[in-house]
Amino acid sequence: MSAERGAGAYLGTKVLLDREEGGPAGYYALLSDALRDELIGLGLITAAQVRREVERLEAPGIHLGARIVARAWMDPEYKALLLENGSEAAERLGIKVGEAQLVVVENTPRVHNLITCTLCSCYPRSILGQPPAWYRNKVYRARSVSEPRKVLEEFGTHLPADIVIHVRDSNADMRWMVLPRRPDGTSDWSEERLQGLVTRDSLIGIAEALQP
Amino acid sequence: MPVPRFTVGTAVQVLDLPIEGHIRIPAYARGKIGVIERCCGPYLNPEDLAYGRTGGPAVHLYQVEFSQHDLWPEYIGDAEDRLFLEIYEHWLTPARPPSWRQAS
Repeated sequence: MSAERGAGAYLGTKVLLDREEGGPAGYYALLSDALRDELIGLGLITAAQVRREVERLEAPGIHLGARIVARAWMDPEYKALLLENGSEAAERLGIKVGEAQLVVVENTPRVHNLITCTLCSCYPRSILGQPPAWYRNKVYRARSVSEPRKVLEEFGTHLPADIVIHVRDSNADMRWMVLPRRPDGTSDWSEERLQGLVTRDSLIGIAEALQP
Repeated sequence: MPVPRFTVGTAVQVLDLPIEGHIRIPAYARGKIGVIERCCGPYLNPEDLAYGRTGGPAVHLYQVEFSQHDLWPEYIGDAEDRLFLEIYEHWLTPARPPSWRQAS
């Protein structure tokens, strides 16, 4: 690849795929941009294919997790399946799980689960989309395992003293999602309405579901 | 595929293997004792996959439960606070049950 063409191609696609948001691109960002440009230049892939793949990666959103949680709040049999086999339960709602295995853990009056990935940024992306920036941050990754209570406090999540914390460090093939506690005062709510109480952060245990 | 070496409830110690390159066992868990919470099944070893060796063999993966107080000497929190980590079988060896498991 000539330096001239490489620089031009880089500038041409940078607008579309800039992930550094104004800052200087890091080593791996430059490397992946250069590789992409070279593959496009050789005609092995097209810019449209790259764009579609980015779109596919970023398209899932918390609405899929919210559907799963609201169904589990409504249907005890579904909840049992969800805790037994998360992937199968998701697929029953027509939600395809791309990761090896989705494992769902339940928050109870006694146990609060927190999801993290100390080694990188493993996250149930096929259901929740891309993780928040702080989830990929080295400080969160280090502190979420060693001082989870303090981290939760800093996010405004104040747990009662008699609750124990289970930290789930996603370091290998399982992908974790939290089944948050159903808020009080919602016993007559419809499944659709309940979905509105489920937030991204409640699905990874950094917060609880919204209170009505 | 060999049968899993460990079963749910078994006490295990995480080895500190001198493997270089791409490994998935966080430093904070090396040498620590925990209990198998779940057998996750066989998966290809990321220590191979990272270098394009995709032919296996697959290795058994376990979800291991640790007491937070065992992992972090300065830990502040409930005695029953736990951390769960996935460990590949070759990183585990049988161990004496930790005190928190004997008591329960």
